[in-house]
This record gives sequence, C-alpha cells and structure tokens, in this order.
Amino acid sequence: MSANTEIDNVWKLPSHRKVGMVTLILAESALFTIFVVAYLFYMGKSLNPPFPREVLEFPLLGSIALFSSSATIFLAEKALHKGNRAGFLFWWGFTLVLGVYFLYFTGTEWVKLIYVDGLTIATNTFGTTFYSLVGLHAFHVVVGVMLLLGIFIAGIRNRLKASHTEHVEAISYYWHFVDCIWIVVLSVVYIISVRV
Amino acid sequence: MENDILIEDDYRLPDPVRLGDEPGSFTRIIQKIVFTVDHKILGLMYIGSALFFFVIAGLLASLMRIQLMYPNNTFLGPNAFNTSFTMHGTTMVFLVGMPMAFGFANYLVPLMIGARDMAFPRLNAFGFWVFFFGGCLLFFSYLGAPGLYAAGSAPDVGWFAYSPLTARAFSRGHSTDYWTLSLLLGGVGSVATALNVLVTVICCRCKGMTLGRLPIFVWSMLVLSFLVILALPCLSACQIMITLDRYLGAKFFDTQAGGSAVLWQHFFWIFGHPEVYILIMPAFAITSEVIPVFSRKPIFGYPIMVAALVSISFISLGVWAHHMFCVGMTSLENAFFVTSTLLVSIPTGIKIFNWIATMYGGRLRFELPLIFAVGFLFQFLIAGLTGVMLAVAPFDWQLSDSYFVVAHFHYVLIGGLLFTIFSGIYYWYPKAFGRMPNFKLGLWHFVFFTIGFHMTFLPQHFLGFLGMPRRIYTYQADRGWDEWNFVSTIGVLFQAVGILFFVYNLIYSYIRGESAGEDPWDAWTLEWATTSPPPDYNFAEMPVVKSRRPLWDAKHPDDPDWKYE
Amino acid sequence: MFPVVFYWLGKISGALNRCIVSAFLAGLGMCSAQAAESGDVHLVADIFRPLSRPAEMLLEPTQLVLLVTLGIFLVVVGVLVFVLIQFRPRGPEDHLTEPPQIYGSNNIEMAWTVIPCLVVFVLVLVSARSIVEIQDAPVPENAIHIRLVGHQWWWEIHYPELGITTANEIHIPVSTRNGVQTPTHIQLESADVIHSFWVPQMAGKTDLVPNRINKTWMEPFQVGTFLGNCAEYCGTQHANMLLRVIVHEPKEFQKWVESQKRPTAEPEGALAIQGKKDFFDLSCINCHTVDGTLAKGVFGPDLTKFATRQTLGAGVAPRTPADIRAWLANPDSLKPGCYMPDMKLTPQQLDGLVAYLETLK
Repeated sequence: MSANTEIDNVWKLPSHRKVGMVTLILAESALFTIFVVAYLFYMGKSLNPPFPREVLEFPLLGSIALFSSSATIFLAEKALHKGNRAGFLFWWGFTLVLGVYFLYFTGTEWVKLIYVDGLTIATNTFGTTFYSLVGLHAFHVVVGVMLLLGIFIAGIRNRLKASHTEHVEAISYYWHFVDCIWIVVLSVVYIISVRV
Repeated sequence: MENDILIEDDYRLPDPVRLGDEPGSFTRIIQKIVFTVDHKILGLMYIGSALFFFVIAGLLASLMRIQLMYPNNTFLGPNAFNTSFTMHGTTMVFLVGMPMAFGFANYLVPLMIGARDMAFPRLNAFGFWVFFFGGCLLFFSYLGAPGLYAAGSAPDVGWFAYSPLTARAFSRGHSTDYWTLSLLLGGVGSVATALNVLVTVICCRCKGMTLGRLPIFVWSMLVLSFLVILALPCLSACQIMITLDRYLGAKFFDTQAGGSAVLWQHFFWIFGHPEVYILIMPAFAITSEVIPVFSRKPIFGYPIMVAALVSISFISLGVWAHHMFCVGMTSLENAFFVTSTLLVSIPTGIKIFNWIATMYGGRLRFELPLIFAVGFLFQFLIAGLTGVMLAVAPFDWQLSDSYFVVAHFHYVLIGGLLFTIFSGIYYWYPKAFGRMPNFKLGLWHFVFFTIGFHMTFLPQHFLGFLGMPRRIYTYQADRGWDEWNFVSTIGVLFQAVGILFFVYNLIYSYIRGESAGEDPWDAWTLEWATTSPPPDYNFAEMPVVKSRRPLWDAKHPDDPDWKYE
Repeated sequence: MFPVVFYWLGKISGALNRCIVSAFLAGLGMCSAQAAESGDVHLVADIFRPLSRPAEMLLEPTQLVLLVTLGIFLVVVGVLVFVLIQFRPRGPEDHLTEPPQIYGSNNIEMAWTVIPCLVVFVLVLVSARSIVEIQDAPVPENAIHIRLVGHQWWWEIHYPELGITTANEIHIPVSTRNGVQTPTHIQLESADVIHSFWVPQMAGKTDLVPNRINKTWMEPFQVGTFLGNCAEYCGTQHANMLLRVIVHEPKEFQKWVESQKRPTAEPEGALAIQGKKDFFDLSCINCHTVDGTLAKGVFGPDLTKFATRQTLGAGVAPRTPADIRAWLANPDSLKPGCYMPDMKLTPQQLDGLVAYLETLK
C-alpha cells in the first residue's frame, strides 16, 4: 500500500554536510544569544565612563563590506554551478578581500577605542560586553576567512572537483550566518545602545 | 550504493595493519582504540570511560557519606569535602551522564536506522577524545592546580559554580580554571557528537525508515542531540565569561563593578535545565525499547510518545528559573516558572502511563532488562512526584538547596537514569559481545543495588524536611539528622556490593557467558538483524523497512505491522 | 471566576488539613517526633511544625501538593503492581504465542492527558495565590526592621531604627495571632558571595546576593530559640554558617533592646583590664568593633555586646569561657579555613582576652 509506493520512489535524504552546517549554525546561534543577552542586560548599567554614545561610531564601511560579501559569495556559488571556474574564483576572491577588509576595519576601530578612548575589556561592563560580543563575531569572521582561503587556494591550484560543491555550499551557509549575526550586533550595539 | 556518503574515500583511514603489530597483540588493541572511527568501538569506549568515571565519582560520594555518618565527624575536612562534592557532581553530569548517553547513541543509532556508520566518523572520534582528555584535565587538578594552600587542589565551587564564588577574590589558585577549561572542552566534544547524531538520523536512514518509523530510542537520541545543540553552547558561553573575568579582568559577574551574580544563574540554568532532560533522555530511550520487547507488544501510542518527547524538550527550554525561586524574583516571575515547570509533568506523566499500558495485556518476560526497567518506572515515578512538589514555589522556598533536593535528583539520576543504563547494558550486552549476561549475578546486582539505593536516598527526603541544607561537611548533634544520616551511609555499602556484582557479571559473562546468537531476546529493531557483535560494515545487505518493527514483519509475514500503521 | 475557584480551593485544602493530611503527616513526619526538644531551644527545625507566619502559610500548598502526589503515587503504583502480577509469565508454553498486538488508543491517551492537565491547573492556582500572599505581604507600620548582611561565614545584623548592631543571633518579639501583630521584615544583603537565609520554622529561604537587595519577613507565634543555616554553598565554612532566631515576649524584647543600647561598663579586675589592653594592642581592632572605643573594624563581627550572645563563631560553639579560649588560641581548630587568624597568643594573653570579652555586655 502506501508503504510500498514509498519505497518504489527514490529514497532521497538531504546532504549530510549541509545539515551538519545548519546544525552547527544552530549551536552558534545559541552561543551568540547568550552574549547578546549579556550586552542588552548591562546596557546603560555601566558605573563609569566611557559609555557607548560617547565612543561608538557607526561602522558604515565595514558593514557595507560585510553585507556585500554575502552577495559576492552568492555570485561565486552561482558561477560554480554553471561550471564557470574563473568567475567562481573572481567572486570568491572578492568575498575573501571584503572579509579581510571587515577585519581590518574592526581592528582600527578597536585601536581607536583602546588608545584614544581608553576603553578595554576591564574598564566597565560596557567594555566587557562590547569586546566579548564584537570579538566573538570577529573571531567567526576570522574562521570564515580561513575557510574561504582554503577553498580559494584549492581553486587556484585546480584541485576543486564536482564533489566539492557541497563543501562550498556549506561554507557559504556559514558566511551568510556570520553576516546575519552582524545585523544583530549592528542593531544592538551600534544602533540601540548608543541611544540609551 | 545505498549510502554513497560512506563510500567516499575521505573516510578511509590508512590500513591499520600496515601501521602496527600483528593482530591480537597489546599494541594492536591500543592502536585500534586510538585510530578507530568505527561508531561501535567509539560507542563502547564512551560507555567504558563513563563507567570508569562513574566508579571514581562514586568513590568520592562514598567518602562524603562516611564523613556525614556521624555528627561532628572529622574524616574529611571542609576542603576535602567541598572538592569532593564539586568533583562528584561535575563528573557525574559531564563525564558519566552525557558520555553514557552518547555511548548508547553511537553504538545503536546507526544500527537501528540501518546505516553503516555515523555521518561524520572522524568528527565522532574527535568528540570522544576531546571529552576524554577534558575529563583527564579535570582530574589532573588534584595534582596540578596550586590551590589555596599551595597543594594540589581540585575545584571547590560546586558543580553550578555560582558567581561570585568563582571570582579571583574568592577562588584563588587555578582549581576553578581547571573546572572551566575541562567543561569548555567537554562542551566542544558534546556539541560535536550531538551534531553527528542529529545529522546521522536525518541523513543516513536506510530505505523506508521514515521519521514516523524511527524506533523511540532514535527519537529520544534525536531530541537529546537537539537539546545538546541548543543548551551546551550556553554553558560554553558561561565558561568563556568566567575565563574573561578571571584572566582579563572583565566585569561580567564582578558585583563590585556593577556586575550581576544573578545573571550567572540565569545563564547557567538556561543550559542547566535542558541538561537535566539531556541526562534523562537515555532513560526514556532505553525503557521505550526494553518494555515492548519484554511485554511482547508494540509501544502503546507511538505518536503520542514521540510528541511527549518533543514537547518535554521544548518546555524544558523555558523552565530554568525554577532553580532560582529563592533568589528574589518578583512574584510574577515565580508564578510563571511554577507554571512552565508543572507543564513538563504532563508529557512526562503520559510517558509513564504509556509504558504501563504497553505492559498491560502483554506476556511479561522477567529478564534482567525488564527487571531494571520496572525498577526505573517505580523510582522515576517518585522522582517525578518530588519534582512536582519542588515545582510549587512555596514548597521550594522551604526545600530548595536542602537534602530533599539531593534526594530528588538522585532519584532521577540513579533511580531513573542509572537503572535504565543497567537495563540497557544487560539488553544490548549480547549484541555487543555475542554472549548472554548471567541472570543470577544480575539479579543479585539488582537486589543489592535497589536496597542500597533506597536506603541511601529515601532518608534524605526526611533530612530535607528537618532543615538539613545540602553541601555541609559537618553538622551538630541532636538536630534530628543523626539517625537518617547514619542509615543513608549504610545504604552506600549495599550499593557498592551491587556494583561489584555488576562489574563481575560483565567480566564473567564475557568469558563464560552463553553464546547469544543474532537475536536472543526475539526483538524487533534493526540492530538484531545482524550478527552479534555486528561486523565493521554493520549490515551485509542494506535493509529496507516497511514499519516500525521491521523484524516483526520478517517473523510474522502473515500479520505484518505495516498493515496497521 | 477566579475568586470562586480560590474560595473553593481554600475550603478544600482547609478541610484536607484538618483530617487526612494530619494523619498522613503523622506517619511521614515520624522524623519530627524522634528528637526531644530541650528547653526552649527548638533543635529540630521541622518544616511541618512551623511556628511563624510565612512558614505556616507555606505549609498549606505543601500539604496540598503532598496529598495530590501521594494520591497519584498510590494509583500508579497500584496499576503497575496489578499489571506485573496479572501479566506475569504463567508457564513454559507462554513463549510460544504472542499476545494481541495493541498499538494504542486515542481515548485512553486523551484521558490521561486531560487529568494531569487539571491537576496542574489546580496546583498552579494554589501556588500562585500562596506566592503572592507571602511575597507581596504588606509591611505594617509597627513592623520591626532588620538589615541582615551575609559574610563568609557569619551574619551581620543591624536594627536601623533601634540603632543596634549585632551578629549571628536575631532577636525579635513574638506576635499574637489575633491581637497586636509585630512582624519582622528583613532586608537581605551580602558583602561577598551568595548566601541564603533559612530558618525552617520561621520562614522559607531567601538568598543574600551581593549587589542586590532581597526581602523576607517572619512573624513568630511562640517564644524560643530557632535554628537555621546558610542554605547556599558559600565556600569553605558554609557548614558552620549557623544562624539562630531568638523570639521574646514583647517585654523581654524591650529589655533586650535596652541591654544592647546601654553603654558597656569598663572592665574590672586586673585580668580583664590586661585583656582589654591586649585587645587594643594586638590587631583585634582591625577587624572587630566595640562601640564607644577605638575598635572600629568591620571585617569581623561586632563585639560590642559579645557576652550577651549564646554562641561564638556563627554558632560553631557555645559561648563558654573554655570555648572562647579555644577559639582565640586557634580558630582553625573549631572552624577550619575561617578568616579569623591564629594570633599565636600566650596563655596569659588568652586568659586576659577571655576575661575582657566576658565583660562586653
């Protein structure tokens, strides 16, 4: 009956790499949630300056770089599906550059905060929650950049095979996730908390 | 071709024969243990190391019970006692409970869903070794962590390590860092393994094994993995925060700088309460397999059993603050968490009723697995009911952090979880080793352990009623606590004898046990369709499944299950 | 609708209290009968014998939930035992056939989903009522106010309105059920880590959390001394962070207040005078306060009226000269790991200090 027809159909299950990456993203979301909640909980509760509204500047260039990298990695994937190796490498490399630029941007921001504004992780609860949340995100960008670099090198050396499509897709999932987290961090840290 | 994932050459390691000695030698065995990515060997390694840590943590518990045998006893000093209960709790939760669950999941999930291995075999080995070395790191603190008195010092902050007790000012030396780092490692290992189980269940099922046909064991492990994925990262976040506080002077929990001590409790218990359900999930898993087979009936109400599992896991994400009724929340918050906590009792009750209904009308076979499962039902009922009591905040205001709570969660974790672990070990022992466990030895194990268990933990309910707080290393005479504490300690002796029978049975049956054959219990799930022990590749021919009880269909072709489902 | 439900629940649980519960608790609470209570010190802190208002109010939902769970327990165990006996193996041929295969029954499962839902509904309402009544109890004007500060491992007690500072022993007046009610409201704070206030016969637990102010209250109906402990693990000597509540008749309480406010007389006798000199010459005053003198330390308990207390070291020993001497000679011998240092005192210094401390009343 129904059981029989089902088995006659093709028994198709989702790719284990993609499901694995989605699961990992779920776990990472839980991790970020705690740090975001900590940031929100301590918002406006620092006992001593500097306070967010005094020192934080909206990270326009960094955000533009990170958000557009989501588009470029999408284009890279599309090129890969069409079998366009040069296109893939171009867009993939572009994503890599944007990721590195974002890290550079965050680095300069931190240098300014530490040396000009005197805000360190031990200054007040704002410093503690700010550096841990933004730092955790930046750490994820570092990991993402390393994954991008691995695929990029393999691509340049012509080692990418059809079977690596799944790897590429899984990494792009991760990269989109890092982007989504930045939306949360941006709104919580740079939009909401500077108004408190 | 059934499962192309496993045929890819990524998963082939260098042939072990080339690397080592001739087969059977000691170096070959060590080599096999270190290099293996086989889910069955890793599963046994998980269970074996969990049993090893269980014995160590049990010895720590015995030391504490000896200290509390008499009032004003001086067997252990305060430092030894405080490190003992910290290490006992941490070990039992993170190095016994969870690895035990992962051991069973590892061994059985691929067999039950008709897969040849886990989805990520090397990640599986990684998860095991990270957990194992994390455990070793925790115990290395006895030697390596200069504590307050410049001697080796294990952590003494309690297993939930309430801040600011973990701050530099109150926890000098490095013992708390050992606790933090080993749990961080354990968290990484657990997430890796849970991810693996989840992906395996979703992506590696054999033909016809729809989600609606998964054995309840597999469903429980799926739910368990889901909870681990959501909860353990919260613990890791907590550990990162403590480490930042202790080493970089961050202010997360620094109450002198505006930090909040209560925030730690929220963060910890938002991990910690799902953790309780993570720990009890294997009990649900094993009972749901053992009771049908030994009652000779399918599980009563499969869909509602699965629904109950899923709803327990979802509700459990919203009950954490029932550990914090005394912390001074508003009455509204307290009432909310009373409600959500009491809601958990509904699906849990359904599970107990359905297990009994499964036995109703069956032909019970009182083999070792069923005997322990019945013990579980009885004790878990008590544990559940004391849980309902503690969920009522006014009751909890008197009894939280008292010995009543200690009794409650030992009824959950020993009377509930450990009894089913024994049940599961006796049930699948023939599958893993090809030999039957000895019935008589197992019965003695049951008798001694059950008597000892109730003797130890039943009186602790009364100690709670009489106002004895937990985690005190000594108490004064004449407060009504002397006799109950004495009885409680004597019970440990019986439990220890029970455990000796258990360990002896495992060894004796391995050498002398009767040969088991493929399917000694006349069971219905796929793991019994292959040889005992199963070959490296699990199934010579990939099975195709038409119902929840594929082996019933095979044994009763005239009256198969799929006609009724 | 809710007031009606509350009314009936109140009636029902009241009736239960009177008949069945007391019989059940007599069996369960055997534990409470075993230790004889000596004098007016209530050594056995049995939660089923509350002698104060919030503890008594806690008992009502406690008894209800005990009764409900007992009922569930008896029914489920009854069914379980019946099943085990009825469907036991009945002979070797039993193995040859399989029983009828039943896959489930929606009606039955619905029944045992709905019934627990009703039980949960009742318990939620009862607890919610009790939570609000206890937690949000109004503070009457004539209430006594206390500020209780937890330290590793002792209790600092202030009566802000009366201007009294003491340690480890809370003195409060008794309240009458129907006449003048004098509840005591306590503000809970902590100087270091988390502690928890628990005197089972007086009130349930409330934590003392650093950087946070919590509140609890008690309104005792019987005079006597009631014992309690710190109930949240707070480090090495958590076990010996004991607390006692001493309940007086109102007149006795006034006398105690006056005795605490009276200036302390200068010590008489060579030994005590020498002891006072040592007390100020050694570093005792760095940690301890004696009101009206140079001793203004706040790290340890206030010693102004030390000789009026029942115990020393947060209840670790009775306050007898021999115990004071042992405590001063080596605090670690009574309370290992505590923060009171061993001052390496000579026997003469010990005699003097004991004599001096005995005059602080």
